[in-house]
Amino acid sequence: MGKRTIIPFGPQHPVLPEPIHLDLVVEDETVVDVIPSIGYIHRGLEKLCETKDYNKMVYVIERICGICSFGHGWGACASIEGAMDVKVPARAEYLRTILHELSRIHSHLLWLGLLADAFGFESLFNHCWRVRETVLDLFEKNTGGRVIFSICKVGGMRKDISDENLKEMVDVLNGIKAEIKKLTDVFINDASVQNRMVGVGVLTKEEAEELCAVGPVTRGSGVYQDIRMTDDHGVYGELDFEPCVEEGGDCMARTVVRIRELFQSIELIEKAVAKIPAGPVEVKVSGNVNGEHMVRLEQPRGEAFYYAKGAGTKFLKRMRVRTPTNMNIPALVQMLKGCDLADVPILVLTIDPCISCTER
Amino acid sequence: MSAYVTKSPWVVHYDGSSCNGCDIEVLACLTPMYDVERFGIINCGNPKHADVFLVTGSVNEQNKDVIKQIYEQMPEPKVVVAVGICACSGGVFKDCYNVLGGVDQVIPVDAYVPGCAARPEAIIDAVVKGLDVLQAKRDAMVEGGSAAPAVEAPAADVKYPPIFTMSEVKTNYKVSK
Repeated sequence: MGKRTIIPFGPQHPVLPEPIHLDLVVEDETVVDVIPSIGYIHRGLEKLCETKDYNKMVYVIERICGICSFGHGWGACASIEGAMDVKVPARAEYLRTILHELSRIHSHLLWLGLLADAFGFESLFNHCWRVRETVLDLFEKNTGGRVIFSICKVGGMRKDISDENLKEMVDVLNGIKAEIKKLTDVFINDASVQNRMVGVGVLTKEEAEELCAVGPVTRGSGVYQDIRMTDDHGVYGELDFEPCVEEGGDCMARTVVRIRELFQSIELIEKAVAKIPAGPVEVKVSGNVNGEHMVRLEQPRGEAFYYAKGAGTKFLKRMRVRTPTNMNIPALVQMLKGCDLADVPILVLTIDPCISCTER
Repeated sequence: MSAYVTKSPWVVHYDGSSCNGCDIEVLACLTPMYDVERFGIINCGNPKHADVFLVTGSVNEQNKDVIKQIYEQMPEPKVVVAVGICACSGGVFKDCYNVLGGVDQVIPVDAYVPGCAARPEAIIDAVVKGLDVLQAKRDAMVEGGSAAPAVEAPAADVKYPPIFTMSEVKTNYKVSK
């Protein structure tokens, strides 16, 4: 047994786009214990929400995270709508589902690129991000923003997306399908990629359940769980949704789950565009929030939880958001124990960490 | 010698307390759509290799020392670009209890990029503007003297004391042996 050494990892590190600090306790080259510390990004956003009128608050909540910002806006709006007993028109629900799935495509492509960068496959990283720009162009055309859209509002959507634009969206996505397939085949079949990912950082089904992991992390460990299937949000009930589950529990299984979700999201958008009804996209909302409501959404990274409570004024009394990375950090600590020091960057990335979500 | 300093500026990126929106736009600058590498701009992880410091997000009690350390480690001449409205002034999070304000509360800033999130075109524009400043600082150094002003203490008054200092956290959560 070698001597124990503590190696600090982060907050500023080349593979980390965001600051998280890990104290890695290593014996020779093997990690035996990990102490995560966060707090570099905490802004106190939930407190800020209490000082904003509930319509303005949505802008703040959207800025919890720039990658899954649409989902955060949707979650905040849905929880306030629930508390106020507002029924959103069907077309708005469809549009929200479509944009949420489009966010998932952009988020997973971004993540695949960052993963490729973490194991040193620079050209694959660049190709993933090149394809992702096509999705961002769709966002820009339909919502006006590349990463933060502010198109969701309490009572529906700020603007409609025309049927022609939706059809074009499906055509564009089907057009890049072949390119995505080419890229993801490299992740699955390339021997050098397999070397880095197969059998690395195994999280068993029991551990995933016990540590309350969420999203692709838990589905990669064989747990049949997805909020799109269990909760009634959006129009997933009408789109024959089935979660993507892999049994391996290693880095490769988590990657394959996300790759399958990429193609699944394209299919979901296609189905939703075929079924979308005509009609208004917003209802008029007046009055104050009174009462409370809880909503769960399946973000690209897993289950997110939104709770709104009003006290009869236009300010919320409490807005609580619990985000997926928060739940995946215990699972990350479990995965890191026993791995090689050189595998730490990949393992940190396979939970798809979003630290600004975690700390808000 | 001064002709070369702006031909291949290397950047180091640190995420203050941004929402990721500006961070992914900084990365988007480096990928094929915008591809600043064709101008010799490389994103490096080591502050000692870097000429341009891109900071996204606002400053708080926890990260102000990190930002200061990265800035001090960079060799002179150096340029700081504040990317996004949060890095400029605190933006939408200005009133949050844990936000001190823009990056200029901690280190001197040479170029500001507004926007939420800042667009890649704007970020590239700011880095190019920063290169003029880099050149000017370089010229000043050749003539003698220090180009960069010394780091000053943050001017903003702290609304709330920090909940924990880093050393307190380290002593409270000891490594189990």
